[in-house]
Amino acid sequence: MIKFLNVTKEYAKGAALSAVSFHVPKGEFCFITGHSGAGKTTAMKLIYMAERPSAGEVRVSGFSSTRIGGRDIPRLRRRLGIVFQDFRLLPDRTAEENVAFALEVTGARRSTVGPRVMRVLAQVGLTGKAHQYPRELSGGEQQRVAIARALVNDPTVLLADEPTGNLDDRATRGIFQLLRDINAAGTAVIMATHDLDIVKSVNAHLVELQHGAVAYDSAEDAGLQSEEGGLGAEDGRPAAADGEFGESAAP
Amino acid sequence: MSLVLRETALAFRRAPLPSLLSITTIAFSLFVFGLFGLVAVNIHDVIGDVAERVEVVAYIERGTPIETTTTAMGDIQAFPEVESVSYVTASEALARARRELPEFQSVFQDLEANPLPASFEVRLKPEFRDAAHAAAVADRLRAFRFVDDVRYGGDWVAKLDHLRNIAAAVGAVVGAAFALVAIMIIGTTIRMAVLHRKDEIVIMRLVGATDGFVRRPFLLEGLIKGLLGGILALGLSYGAWALVNGYLLRAAFFTGPEAALGVVAGGLLGLAGSLVSIGRHLRSV
Repeated sequence: MIKFLNVTKEYAKGAALSAVSFHVPKGEFCFITGHSGAGKTTAMKLIYMAERPSAGEVRVSGFSSTRIGGRDIPRLRRRLGIVFQDFRLLPDRTAEENVAFALEVTGARRSTVGPRVMRVLAQVGLTGKAHQYPRELSGGEQQRVAIARALVNDPTVLLADEPTGNLDDRATRGIFQLLRDINAAGTAVIMATHDLDIVKSVNAHLVELQHGAVAYDSAEDAGLQSEEGGLGAEDGRPAAADGEFGESAAP
Repeated sequence: MSLVLRETALAFRRAPLPSLLSITTIAFSLFVFGLFGLVAVNIHDVIGDVAERVEVVAYIERGTPIETTTTAMGDIQAFPEVESVSYVTASEALARARRELPEFQSVFQDLEANPLPASFEVRLKPEFRDAAHAAAVADRLRAFRFVDDVRYGGDWVAKLDHLRNIAAAVGAVVGAAFALVAIMIIGTTIRMAVLHRKDEIVIMRLVGATDGFVRRPFLLEGLIKGLLGGILALGLSYGAWALVNGYLLRAAFFTGPEAALGVVAGGLLGLAGSLVSIGRHLRSV
């Protein structure tokens, strides 16, 4: 579903990622960890293709960074939900309007917007706050609005870049639980974080970046350990696992 | 489309003061250009009035038969440069001289015979009222055997040409400078409005809005601001013109189509300004 193949990303000030490879299968919960500047945000940007690799290839839901055209990027992003540390809500719109906005810009029919917005607001536990503005909501609630906005287009992957970075412990636990619930319902979640307590609290796929390179990938580790078992390594997966999105060719 | 309208209306409603400010800025930069336009229009009118007096006069030999002059008049009328030809008889010429030159009243009074010849007065079409064409027509008139002499005020027509060239050159340079300043100010104003909503553009892009979708509300906003600025500028120009016309000197205002062109130009500038600044932000995410 998401594959980094020997990805290098260089900026004028140096390489942010060098020869990074990892694979996040459909429906998985994956952490990308590392210190500040390790390349987490760059990896996220490469997934939603705000950046293109300097070398190597990123494949996301059937789109390839080497072949995707400018016109395909909106189509890719409609399959992704993106959540940021700073929420990025529009301050002059209510929670409901912020969520509806994401649906409306994709040209969704107006009659379907209202019910879908209310459904995701209920999913993140904000039914009663639909008409409040971001400044009237706590940090945790604002992040819930952002998550609702990310979910409203029924994404196959939810990208969360330090989603708890601005939150206190309680809100952090709440948001993390929400992300796990979303994952349990079938959406893959990729969460970039440097909060090791969260990472340790669950048994999920972990990719650790150090100075722009993969220092540890739990999937490879598991693959090595269960070589005899077969199914642990990505190459041992049944072909149908990614078939739905046509991994090999961008439309 | 309804969403585009809604988003555009929302942009004005959420930021009424900045919107008003950018409309006013656009209006004043177009107003300065409009004032220059008014000066240009009036200078053009004055030159046109003077040019209307460009006339070629062919004096006809005494005793030329009327049939000859009538035939010749038809020929002259057929010259491509000629708007109209009139035949002035000797006695009409004398009457006109008496009327227009009262200081020579006594001279004309004592005449026994009319010393003035009959003549053709040839008016040129507006586009041919310059020295070169007047001279060409004069040469062709001289070729008629009964034509004694031809006058067209070569000197002052040449001066008029010169004046016209200077006015056109100054107009083009100053006009271009004013237009450039207006474009830059409007561009900056629109860019600031777009910058103000940068976050919104970023979010729209992240949730999968197409470039066209992101652009449309901004383009409409730029167009509306430009049009409103143009209308305001037209009002200001009219006010300035009314003041000058009422207290200083008689002047012409823009014709309907010219005024409409100004407002449309304002709208197009707003549109172009938005297009350029949006493009810049679209590339950044």
